[in-house]
Amino acid sequence: MEAVLRFDHVSKRFRKGEMYDSLRDLIPALTGRLFRRNRSAELGKRDFWALRDVSFEVPRGEAFAIVGSNGAGKSTILKLLSGIMRPTLGTVQVKGRLTALIEVGAGFHPDLTGRENVFLNGAILGMSREEIRRKFDEIVEFSGVGEFIDTPVKRYSSGMYARLAFSVAAHVDPDVLLVDEVLSVGDYMFQQKCAQKMASVIRSGATVIFVSHNLRAVAELCNRALLLERGRVVQIGPTEEVIKAYLDRSHGDRRDASDREAYISRVRVQSEAGEVVQVEPGQRVRVDVEVRSSKPVHGLAVVLMVTDNENYEIFNTSTERLGCGTFSVSPDDPFRCSFELDLHLPQGTFHFGTAVYRYDIQREYDRWMPCATVFVRSPVDVRGAANLYPRVVEHANASLAGIGSPE
Amino acid sequence: MHAMTREARGQSMMRAFPVSRTGAWSTTLFGHRDLLLALVQRELRVRYKQSIMGGLWAILMPALIVGAGIVVRVAMARLSGGEFGAEGIAIVAAKSAPWAFFVSAIRFATMSLISNANLVTKIYTPREVFPFAAVLSQLVDFAVAAVVVAALLPFLGVEPRLEMLWLPLLIVNLVILAAGAGLLLSAASLFFRDVKYLVDVFVTFAIFFTPVFYEVHLFGDWAPLLLLNPVAPILEGIGAAVGGGPALSPGWFVYSAGFALVGFGLSFAAFKRMEPYFAESV
Repeated sequence: MEAVLRFDHVSKRFRKGEMYDSLRDLIPALTGRLFRRNRSAELGKRDFWALRDVSFEVPRGEAFAIVGSNGAGKSTILKLLSGIMRPTLGTVQVKGRLTALIEVGAGFHPDLTGRENVFLNGAILGMSREEIRRKFDEIVEFSGVGEFIDTPVKRYSSGMYARLAFSVAAHVDPDVLLVDEVLSVGDYMFQQKCAQKMASVIRSGATVIFVSHNLRAVAELCNRALLLERGRVVQIGPTEEVIKAYLDRSHGDRRDASDREAYISRVRVQSEAGEVVQVEPGQRVRVDVEVRSSKPVHGLAVVLMVTDNENYEIFNTSTERLGCGTFSVSPDDPFRCSFELDLHLPQGTFHFGTAVYRYDIQREYDRWMPCATVFVRSPVDVRGAANLYPRVVEHANASLAGIGSPE
Repeated sequence: MHAMTREARGQSMMRAFPVSRTGAWSTTLFGHRDLLLALVQRELRVRYKQSIMGGLWAILMPALIVGAGIVVRVAMARLSGGEFGAEGIAIVAAKSAPWAFFVSAIRFATMSLISNANLVTKIYTPREVFPFAAVLSQLVDFAVAAVVVAALLPFLGVEPRLEMLWLPLLIVNLVILAAGAGLLLSAASLFFRDVKYLVDVFVTFAIFFTPVFYEVHLFGDWAPLLLLNPVAPILEGIGAAVGGGPALSPGWFVYSAGFALVGFGLSFAAFKRMEPYFAESV
């Protein structure tokens, strides 16, 4: 497959601290440079690499995700791709029209009406006047701003503002689409609409580069992903594997807990096929927990919790409450247990948490939260804390059946 | 869909950046004319919306300059015992409107990248559209002012004459000068935050060094010194075309046009060279 987008050994250097930013500062700086006063040491101290030797290719029509924690260099990659910045070393190649859904609405002017802003922002994103005119109704329709289109956007609610901005950007028809966290715009309904739009952009053969902390969206939309850590590529491969590696790194990155008397050293979520990140509603998984200690401890129980993405606890159990009694652990004899769970969950992101607890003295030795994450992918649109496997068994108009179900 | 290949290289290949230097400004103007128009439209709409002055903005500044010019000229006439009549007012008015354009074009162009910082850091567009849009939006204001001045001229006793055909060419010269200065200053103001203050001070006092209220021949042998200011031949030319005064030698017009073109070319090259660092410097 032909690569639409290529990063070839790209590095980007930034300078910390202030640069000379008034002419007055420049003159002493220049004279300093003239006499080569301590120049190399000064530069070295203030520079840092935001990206270091990053190489990847994305073929036409692929949805490619970039994941990594804050400061890993994701936004720098997007800025290099969109041409806002130039690499310090290496080459960046992009073929075709590129549109960035990065902080959509950057080009909006508060004093202009929605209509005027659609034309302005469309032009900024590279659409011709004619093209915007053709798509205008569709854009307004998608945004749901409707009757307020001739009101200055400063009177819009922030949601309306963001929706209109996203709608413009979503109608550009790019060859390459850069998406940075925009799926968090608007309410749930609008987010669904955006996800659908993204999926249709991908289906239409465009190449999509997706940067998000929303790993569930990443898992659903992208085939391949790149894991970035402090400016370096850690892994490139199928999304599921990369996400797993990412979660392992962020979860597995435990503080040195060996100063604790007893601590959880390892947690794994597995299905029959091995370690999992993405599950179906009702799927059975095994959660393996390992407890170690720095000295012998008795009367322990392992607590297992599940929370939703808002950290609201939806499930909690423990080895003791499940009737296993308590256990002891000593430095040369770690304790292992495995829970089997049927995840009757709706779609969404859920986190596992574990703790080591002693009930009789009410003491918590260790708590690891979240220690694993799963994304539940459901064929039907159900949300909440539990999956009740709903189905509609009858529907008709109220006048006939006496119930108010739509259509 | 405009298919294109963009390639950015680092250090060693700095010069291989995609946009070809020669003729790049024209591809910007035409290839991105919709964007340019949208930005000009935004400038104008924002300026005229919810403002007390509304459309009068376009003639406020030229009118103030004309007023100041009349005061200065009357004072000069008193002192020297000369005459300052309707025709004098016409000439001052004819020179004030382009001067007002030049000053505001440079002011707005200087600020154009800073005030669009959110676009500069977030979306890629060829950055020269911002200073160009600033100059063009001022040109629209100038057009309004020019129509007003043209309508007043007959009442001030100025008859149409053949020399006035030079006016459009002189204005084009002025626009190129303003665009060149605007490009350079907009980029410089991103890197040095005191540039905008320098520009403000400079354009405020530049009127004393430029023949807006006076004609250079008043200074006799010193006239060439004043004419080194590339705006001076343009304004002298406008004054002569409107008032029928003594024309400058053609060499000065060639000098001004050459200054404008070379200045624009160099500014554009410098602008394009600095462009990749804009996003990091805002």
